[in-house]
Parts: sequence; structure tokens; C-alpha cells
Amino acid sequence: MSTKEQTLGEIIARHHRREGPLLPILHDVQHEYGCVDAESEALIAKGLNLSRADVHGVVSFYHDFLSKPDPRPVVQICRAEACKARGVERLINDATLAAGERVKIATVYCLGLCSAGPAARTGDDLHIRLDEAAIVKLVENA
Amino acid sequence: MTTIVKISDDALARAAGADRLAEAFARKGCEVHRVSSWGMHWLEPLVEIDGRGYGPATAADVDAILDHDRSSTREAEKQPKDGPLGGAPLAPDFSPEGAPERMWGEVIEDSLFIATQTRLTFARAGKTRPLSLEDYEANEGWQGLRRAREIGPAAIVEEVMHSGLRGRGGAGFPAGIKWKTVLDTPGLQKYIVCNADEGDSGTFADRMAMEGDPFQLIEGMAIAGEAVGADQGYIYVRSEYPDAIGKLDAALKLCVEIIAPFKCEVRVGAGAYVCGEETSLLNSLEGKRGEVRAKPPLPAIKGLFGRPTVVNNVLTLMAVPHILAEGGAAHYQGHGLGRSKGTMPIQLAGNIKHAGLYEVGFGVTLRELVYDIGGGTYSGRPVKAVQVGGPLGAYIHPDQFDIKFDYEEYTAAEALIGHGGITVFDDTVDMLEMARFAMEFCSIESCGKCTPCRIGSVRGVEVLERIRHGGRKRDTFELMPQIRNAPKNAGRDAGDEIGLLTDLCETMKFGSLCALGGFTPYPVMSALRNWPEDFTRDPANVEKALDRVEG
Repeated sequence: MSTKEQTLGEIIARHHRREGPLLPILHDVQHEYGCVDAESEALIAKGLNLSRADVHGVVSFYHDFLSKPDPRPVVQICRAEACKARGVERLINDATLAAGERVKIATVYCLGLCSAGPAARTGDDLHIRLDEAAIVKLVENA
Repeated sequence: MTTIVKISDDALARAAGADRLAEAFARKGCEVHRVSSWGMHWLEPLVEIDGRGYGPATAADVDAILDHDRSSTREAEKQPKDGPLGGAPLAPDFSPEGAPERMWGEVIEDSLFIATQTRLTFARAGKTRPLSLEDYEANEGWQGLRRAREIGPAAIVEEVMHSGLRGRGGAGFPAGIKWKTVLDTPGLQKYIVCNADEGDSGTFADRMAMEGDPFQLIEGMAIAGEAVGADQGYIYVRSEYPDAIGKLDAALKLCVEIIAPFKCEVRVGAGAYVCGEETSLLNSLEGKRGEVRAKPPLPAIKGLFGRPTVVNNVLTLMAVPHILAEGGAAHYQGHGLGRSKGTMPIQLAGNIKHAGLYEVGFGVTLRELVYDIGGGTYSGRPVKAVQVGGPLGAYIHPDQFDIKFDYEEYTAAEALIGHGGITVFDDTVDMLEMARFAMEFCSIESCGKCTPCRIGSVRGVEVLERIRHGGRKRDTFELMPQIRNAPKNAGRDAGDEIGLLTDLCETMKFGSLCALGGFTPYPVMSALRNWPEDFTRDPANVEKALDRVEG
């Protein structure tokens, strides 16, 4: 048994008695491996007695689950209406330039910090009231 | 005696640097209480000592704040009452342009922003520590649940009906009727599901409520459980709210015995906006793709795992403990206007000077909210548009600012209250771009189940881009004689494209399964109606198109 099989087995065992266990399992797998790849999908399908198509359908539906890992650090920038009203679009260019190939700039729609945007998230850290200098610093330190 | 310093541990305050500030005060030997946020977000991180506020503060201000506090304690009577927010009414052009507005030693509860509110749902905001059972008990916590257990299911439902509470998620469906349906539907297993998938831009009341007063939400769910005979609850929180997830998990562990036999669990979403729609949320909870279900059957009859389920928004459930307390229903019902009873936690967001949470009875006008309370735009430029109700809400023109906050009044004006978020834009905004973004957002977040939403939104983006470029000429390929079906005319001008857009919006509005596709036309059409100059050089084009669909 490969280590992946074992780890996934443990994750499935942790959740499979819960009602609607698939999403909690996928979150754990995503957290563990940075993605939910085809191998994981097959193992989860077997573990929950679902078809691989069922599992793949769920994985591909949600933005949070990736099919292959991205080793780059991620800066999620909110580009929804409230942050647009506070000028986030003016920062995107600087952020992209600062990020280059090293950092992934992702768009997120709303972090619930709409009263103090533009807002961004790195890991579980939140950042508000960003301007050009602040976003460049944030990306460089990501 | 050590000074007690209150600093919020709300996600927004923490993002503004509240953690460092709290450490700095702790190093000075102060007793730091991490409380919920007052909701005055432009002042975060806000330091409160003896009811007086200092903000936005940084670690460098610690000594100055403590000095000021000592001297103001000595001369408590001489405390100036007319500071920036100390009672004097705020004119729209209050502070000099660009000057950061701050609070320095004024009494927080006397400030205009707080004193003019009616805080029922957010009664404890700014005052208690979110995870302190002691604080919760001491501030009327669990009274609603205790009384609910005494009076029994039928009476609870009766109280909720009497209060006039309507669903705060956006649809405004009477909560009492929903609960009664679930109560009257036979079933061995019933569920209470809290919709905490607050995806609308411009809204953050759910986040603040979950982070600031998690026990109140749990109490509301336990009361709902008591009312309909459900012993299992789920709180579906979006993954963009890590702080709220952490607080709720911790709070649920602390109060297991108090809410027993009711059990409750947090479930984390996975970045799909559409899961804020109740049936899609139920699918997601079941571990399926978050696709919308056709209604009927209503979730109240066949909901989670096909069982009778109450699905309510965070704010709806948060209002319940107050309603169930002695005399609460009558008190709640005493606020508001017409059929919109009680209070609404309104969220002032976007380009507005005093951004934050403002809970008030229904009936307040947009003018009061944006200018008197909000202080106009944060950039100092004139207000061009206000979007009420999140990404699916209409853009409202300053000419319409006398509209009263009321479900029916907004519906009549082709707008919606939604979750009570108000996003202010200054005159630099391009409304065609905002309309395009509304369509783009719908195309990204559509669950794909129904055609008007899945394909209509993509076509909407394309049409709006063509309107920006003044229409579309026939290309060489279409003009080739071999392509016999293609019309050989000059193509469509901006006016024809606007006609297509209004047709498309009609189709989406009436043909979509849920509010995502059904309400995306609101921001698009309101932008077109109110700011035709942003769409085309010839406004007659817009009038013609609007006459056709509306006339």
C-alpha cells in the first residue's frame, strides 16, 4: 500500500461516518497535497462507494479544489464590486508585475472586508486598505 | 488598578493591525480584552478604554492613548462632546478632503454612528468577548432558548410569526411560515441549516456576526431546532472566512451541553458563490456539485437528504434569540415599516467615508445612509451610483436616493435589498464596465444547470463588449457569397446591440432557475436605464430598447 493510499484511507476513515462526507474529505486532501488529482479521486470514489465520475464532477465544480498542485505562493486579491469601488483595478498591474513567475495572483470574489478594501488574502492572513506600495510589498513577501 | 483595554479581534480589525496593537498594550501592563467589533470600520483598529474610543490606532500611539485616558479620567466633566463624531451632526463634506478621520477620546456610544442605530441583532457588538460564555450569559445570553424550551414548538413559531421576521438572506420570505411548514411536515429527522455562504460583495454582516457573537447564532439555531423538532444543525460557512470558521468551531465546543440535545456542526464551502442559493447549498452539504434544484419541492418539505429542513440566513437566525426573549416579538415588530418589520443590519461598503455596520429599523432612506451616516465618498468625489444588495442588486442613481429601505418599495423600483449591503461608487466608475462585470461574474459563478444563466451570461459579456465598440460589422467570411445564410447588411450598430441586451436580460430574468441568473439583469438594466451615456453616444438607442421591453 502506497503512502498516499494510506493517508487517504485515514482521511476517509475520519469522515466517512458523517452525513455528506465528500466535501470535508476533499478539503483535507486539498490541504494535504495542494490538489485533488485523478489518483486521489479514484481512491476517494472507492472509499465512499461512488463512481469516479461523481467525485470528479464535485472536484471540478468548486474553485477551491485544484487538479494539480501549484507550488507557488498565492496572493488572492478581491476584485468584486466593493473593492472595485475602492480602486482595486489600479493595483492589478503592479501586483502582476511584482509577482512575475514566482507568485500566483488569484482573483477572489469577496473576503467580507468590503468596508476597508482593496483587500487581499495570503494563507489565513488578511490585508486591507491596500495601495500600490502595499500590494507590491505583499506580493514580494508572499 | 490595571486599565482594561478593549480591542476587537474581528478579521477586519486584525487585518488593520489589531493584534500588534493588543500586544503593545499588554506590554504596558494593561488588561487587554479582545472583543467583537463596533462596526465602525474606518476607525479600526479601535481602542476602547472606559467607553472612550481611539482609532485608527497604531502601536506608536499606545503611550499617547494611555496619557489621554489618564487626563480625561481626571477631567471627565470637561470631556469635549463635539469631536468629529461626538454628537455634532455630520455634514456630507465634514472632514477636509484627504484628511484621515479619526476618533480620539470621544465616548463611543455617544457618537452619531452608534447613537442613531437600533441594535437588536448586534446588541453585543463591541461589548463582549466572542468566545466568553461568561460575557454571553451576563448580557442576556440564552434567555431566548430558555424561554423557547418553556413555551414549546407551536408557541415559538407563533412568536416568530408575530415578530414579522423575514428572511434576511435576500428573498424576504417570512421566517415564521417557513418554520411552521417544517413543524407541520412529518419526519423522523429534520434539520436546521444556517446559510453562512455570504458571497455578495459589499456584505459582511454575517461574518461580523459569526466572529463577534457566535453563541447568538448557535442559540438561534437551537431555538429553531426546538421549534420544528430538529436535533441536528449545520452551519455552511464559505471558505473565504477562516476566522469565522475558527470562532464557530470553538464556540460550538464550548456550548455543547447548553444546546443539547441539539447538535450542530460547521461545514466549509469550497469557493462557489452559487452555494449561497439554498437548494444549491443543500446539494453541497450532501457532498454533491452545488447545482440548484428545481422548486418545488420546497426545502421545508424535502430539504437536506430529502428531509424537512429549515434553511435560514445567519442574520435571520441571529434575530431569533431577541424575539424569543420575554416581550421580544412585540418589541421587534415595533420597528420597521409596512410589511418590513424589525431591524436590518445594513452594511456600508465601497467608496464611503464611514464604512461599517449600521443596524436600524426599516424605513431609512438611502440619502440618510450615504450622506448623513456614511459621510459621502471616501475619495471625496461626488457619488455616482450605489449598488444595493450585492452583485445581483440594482445600481441606484442619486436622484432616487429618497427610496426607503423596505422590501416592497425596492421591488417596486426594480431593485432589491438583498442582504443589506450598500456599495458606493464615485464619479470615476464606468457603468458599462460594471454591467459587463455583472455578466462576467454570473458566467464565472453559474452552476450551469439552466441555459439562460449558463449561456446568457457569456453572451451578455460579448454583447456588452460589442456595445462598447459601437456594434459589430459583418466580417469578410459572412459577406462571402458562399455563406448564403448570413445577412449581407452592414451589421449591428450600438442601438441594435442594446436591443439584444435588453432581450437577453428579459430571458435571463424570467427563464433562470434561481436568483443568480434571474437577478443578474438587475445591475445590468439599472446601469443601462440610469446611465445611458456610459453605453452609447446616442441615448435614443437606449430609450428605444427600453420601450420595447418595458412598454
